[in-house]
Amino acid sequence: MQPRKEQLPPGIRGLLVRLGRIDRRWIYLAVAVAIGVPMLAELRLPEVPEKKARATFEAIESIPEGSIVLLSFDYDPASEAELEPMANAMVHHCASRGHRIVFMALWPLGKQMADKTIDSVLKYYHPDKVEGVDYVQLGFKTGNEGVIKLLANSIDGAYTTDAAGKAISEIPLLANVRSVGDFKLVASISAGYPGAQQWVQYADSAMPEAFKLIGGTTGVQSSQLLPYFPTQMEGMLIAVKGAAEYETLVTEKYPVTESPERLGIGRERMGPQLVAHLLIIALIVLGNISMLAARGLKGGAR
Amino acid sequence: MLQRTIPMLILSASGLILILAYFSPVTVVWSDTVVAWFNILAGVAFVLGAGNLLAVNLEKISSRRPGWAYAAITLVSFGAMLVVGLGKWGAVPNPAYPDVHLAGDQDSTQSAYGWVYEYVLSPLTATMFAMLAFYVASAAFRAFRAKNIESILLLGTAFIILLAQVAAGAFLTNWIPEGEWYSFLRAERLKEIILNVFQTSGMRAILIGIALGTAATSLRLILGIDRSALSKG
Repeated sequence: MQPRKEQLPPGIRGLLVRLGRIDRRWIYLAVAVAIGVPMLAELRLPEVPEKKARATFEAIESIPEGSIVLLSFDYDPASEAELEPMANAMVHHCASRGHRIVFMALWPLGKQMADKTIDSVLKYYHPDKVEGVDYVQLGFKTGNEGVIKLLANSIDGAYTTDAAGKAISEIPLLANVRSVGDFKLVASISAGYPGAQQWVQYADSAMPEAFKLIGGTTGVQSSQLLPYFPTQMEGMLIAVKGAAEYETLVTEKYPVTESPERLGIGRERMGPQLVAHLLIIALIVLGNISMLAARGLKGGAR
Repeated sequence: MLQRTIPMLILSASGLILILAYFSPVTVVWSDTVVAWFNILAGVAFVLGAGNLLAVNLEKISSRRPGWAYAAITLVSFGAMLVVGLGKWGAVPNPAYPDVHLAGDQDSTQSAYGWVYEYVLSPLTATMFAMLAFYVASAAFRAFRAKNIESILLLGTAFIILLAQVAAGAFLTNWIPEGEWYSFLRAERLKEIILNVFQTSGMRAILIGIALGTAATSLRLILGIDRSALSKG
């Protein structure tokens, strides 16, 4: 015996019920269009920097020019879309202020992320910077928070050479750096564990007044880090929006003329994000309208 | 007895040294040693993980369980990267040691390892996470239903955050003047209230709970009361 076909009400109500049961592939197509069209049309919107982005900007601005800063690249290609824009802007900001940068990574692919930023931003916009004197790449070190604990006591405990194999004692930039307390600022651009939270727990808690700690994080992880702002963390950038706001501040004060798009990736991605968010809101509203329309039907609302 | 007693002694000694180091500067050197050993073990854990990967996937292939072809692909990819990475094919010679092949740098795309990272691993990893956007939209359409007060509050909060995170929020609420008693209705102000008041206070409570739980569990492990971390024998 054939199952009886469900009788949907006529008119708009039936249409709304059918829309609530739409094949998910149409939704995937809508998302693709919502993201693809603004990207191709290069939809750009002005960004008004908010409190956290301003605090991050001020944290780097407030330390003396030529300070030694530590940037920890604690993410991999999965989070690159959210975190690369803020990493690029942060490196350009530090280099423009004359700060000397020490790069490291707690994630296995973090070194490659740092190398990409060094090549695309540091070497491109600041070709006068000399490796070993103005910046150094220490590379990835296994051990998660154990590395941070060792750095809190002694750099030598965690790193004996840089990523190229040169002894730490032979690197001029690190001549007067004994521990993480000798950095004026530590920044962790993190996608999860280990990341900014571990820097707060194991470095900042060990020497709370020694350096400023700022963090860049994905939207998903931001809820774990918000309790630390602004006491333990002086600045925080959250997801692509935070990156776009910070890019606005950095490029306003330190503009570049050649290939400015390298420092505009975050702002470039806000256009598709706007349309995608509006689409998700519309889908949620449609789903609820469909639920209401289906109330009272046999089988109930889905 | 040795299978459980010695690991327990190592665990207890390490834990006690790390606790003591926090209070006594004299024992800081010992704690650095313990942490350095931990970091070495973390490196060894990669080898252990690789061994486990081999064991699980080989078993899947030998017993021809459903999906064993994917296990074979996994092992072939793993083996290829291992050979390419350890062999340093095409590595750029190190200027300090030009005659030592293993001293070369293999991060650039000139080397096989760098090429596979740049053109295979990186795009694949990024694509895996990029697909989440599609699943989130589909799940939001199907699951976000305002059936009761809690879900209505959740949806309302989600709408505010979704709008405030993009230019739409500013576009909709910029007409509300600053400095008035109702200026909290501006999108960015609402977002700040939700994140800094409700969300942060809840997360602080969770973090304190996690910290207390971690401290209690660690104490049980150090004192040998909880032996679940030790071997099953």
